[in-house]
Amino acid sequence: MSTVAEKNQKLEPAVTQMVDWYRQMLVIRQFELRCSQSYQQQKVGGFCHLYMGQEAVAVGSLAALRPSDYVITAYRDHGHAIARGTGLTALFAELYGRATGCSHGKGGSMHFFDRGKNFFGGHAIVGAHIPLAVGMAWAVKYRAEDRVVACFFGDGAMNQGAFHEALNLAGLFKLPIIFVAENNQYGMGTHVDRASAVPDLKLRTGDAYGIDGKDVDGMDCLAVYRMTRAAAEYCRGGNGAIFLEAKTYRYRGHSMSDPQKYRTKEELARYQEHDPIGRLEEQLKARGALDERKIEALRQEVHAAVEAAHHQAEQEPWPQPDDVWKDVYANPFGPYQL
Amino acid sequence: MPLIQFREALNQAMCEEMQRDPEVFLIGEEVAEYDGAYKVSRGMLAKFGPQRVVDMPISECGFAGLGLGAALVGLRPIVEFMTFSFSLVALDQLLNNAPKIRYMSGGQFKLPIVFRGISGPGRQLAATHAWSVDALCTHVPGLKVVAPSCPYDAKGLLKTAIRDDDPVVFLESESMYTLRQEVPEQEYLLPFGQADIKRPGGDCTVVAWGQSCVIALEAAEQLHRENGLEVEVVDLRTLRPLDLSRIIQSVRRTGYCVTVEEGYPTCSVGAEIAALVQEKCFDDLDHAVVRVASLDVPMPYSKPLQEHVVPDARRVVQAIQQATYFQG
Ligand SMILES: Cc1ncc(C[n+]2csc(CCOP(=O)(O)OP(=O)(O)O)c2C)c(N)n1
Ligand SMILES: [Mg+2]
Repeated sequence: MSTVAEKNQKLEPAVTQMVDWYRQMLVIRQFELRCSQSYQQQKVGGFCHLYMGQEAVAVGSLAALRPSDYVITAYRDHGHAIARGTGLTALFAELYGRATGCSHGKGGSMHFFDRGKNFFGGHAIVGAHIPLAVGMAWAVKYRAEDRVVACFFGDGAMNQGAFHEALNLAGLFKLPIIFVAENNQYGMGTHVDRASAVPDLKLRTGDAYGIDGKDVDGMDCLAVYRMTRAAAEYCRGGNGAIFLEAKTYRYRGHSMSDPQKYRTKEELARYQEHDPIGRLEEQLKARGALDERKIEALRQEVHAAVEAAHHQAEQEPWPQPDDVWKDVYANPFGPYQL
Repeated sequence: MPLIQFREALNQAMCEEMQRDPEVFLIGEEVAEYDGAYKVSRGMLAKFGPQRVVDMPISECGFAGLGLGAALVGLRPIVEFMTFSFSLVALDQLLNNAPKIRYMSGGQFKLPIVFRGISGPGRQLAATHAWSVDALCTHVPGLKVVAPSCPYDAKGLLKTAIRDDDPVVFLESESMYTLRQEVPEQEYLLPFGQADIKRPGGDCTVVAWGQSCVIALEAAEQLHRENGLEVEVVDLRTLRPLDLSRIIQSVRRTGYCVTVEEGYPTCSVGAEIAALVQEKCFDDLDHAVVRVASLDVPMPYSKPLQEHVVPDARRVVQAIQQATYFQG
């Protein structure tokens, strides 16, 4: 006698779990504040895309998955790696180009990887990882495993050919994938309305590829969790893929060098009023799980953990020149050198 | 003569050609409202309006093909790739349709299109974002490939590219965008297939193009200062057509040849030049051709690793010393 109410009950998180989400979001925010300072001090190189504002999407959705599920994302990947549980020191070390970074200094900000956490990157060519998610889900189905794949990408990526081919394949072969479009409304400086013939993204997959599309308030961690939880059940039930559009907003520029003339300060401020961290904080206060004292203690603890990881990472060893030859092949045949 | 940046030279070339010919237009990601991701198209939207300077979604395959289709019926598109690393999702358009439709149709069509953007490693962008597509594009008959090394050449060559009736791949470099040079106000065009001696010398020929020419010149200056070696730097300017006779003339005089490029060494443009030089100048050479290129690995992110992989003036100096049996 499983009623809808009972089923919904089963999907509800424990309050302690929600406090952990809150903590994770604080960690991501603090990590990136430090990251942006380190970038300005030129300790971080390359392109660095901050996730600030979007934290509820990675935290809420990944909380609804299991460690055995597969996760893959684009270059704005700090939040996903942290929510997946990769150690902060390994992440800072990667940003700082050290040998002990999560990608051994080969990847940088855009290419965090952590095989042990079933986190498959960190991919910087827009849309290029979406077909990979299809292949990972193919393998899951092939081996009849009880896993789902979560594939994150931006609104802009939905205009790549790779996206459309991948969705057709996933729909055709009924593969267990949750496609999560993080609609932060801009691809670099281009608003989604100027880039998409159908800007209502959730409508773009149902009729076209037989993949149901739903949207969710991406600034609300609990809502994202619920939606992803239901999506995961759907995928695990052998129903094929599903598409979620998380409506969100990025607080910082596209990358560290973006004068942001395409949006107003007022627009940014409007979204910051619905800050995902503040939102969850309110929800937890209302449930009596947090008060000012606990919040302050958590903030201090998170700040200390992030600072410790950053300082540790700065002590980590640089890679050696010869390391450039390492990991080109799984079965190396010796370097060919000019 | 006004002193202008490389990116302004490109901007001037595009603006002049768009003023001259209403069928020339510019498309690409962030080219209009954002003024270009690297500010090459600054002010062009205001000047030419949203019909001729058009922002595209992140759909390289789509808009590269769109450009080709428009060229097929006679328009003259300039397609900007934010970088050529992103052109790889459009390779079927770039390497298949662009160079082959004219041939396959028995010459019924012209494809007057320019694909331009950054080629080569930026600063610590890691493996997928560091493509030098020089060799990849030069490999394909039907394409013309241009790689200027200074603002003066960039302007004259881009104007020629826009007027050319064939698909042209025009390679730029992020680090060169801020290079400054005096460029004349009156109009000029530079022909394809004419290399330029950027520095004369009788002791060794160095063949380079684009950004690699910048480091070749640095190396030549250093060897002149420190070792009294006079290195001749031949700037190819266009890789296809290739000014082979200019290379041969120089090597016949110097007896030594070094090539410099940023891309992977295997099957590279330098490899092609080395093969041609040994074919044509076998008896003139006093040492095998020495090639300088990226190390044969994907580009790593970490700063010291990237610096180890990307060729610099120091590596060019060593190569020249090796090629000329120079004893310190
Ligand atoms: C194929 C390709 N084209 C262009 C780029 C340059 N680029 C990097 S991120 C980006 C915008 C992507 O926007 P979106 O998918 O919405 O993700 P967001 O940055 O908003 O997270 C662009 C154009 C790229 N990396 N790959
Ligand atoms: Mg976006």
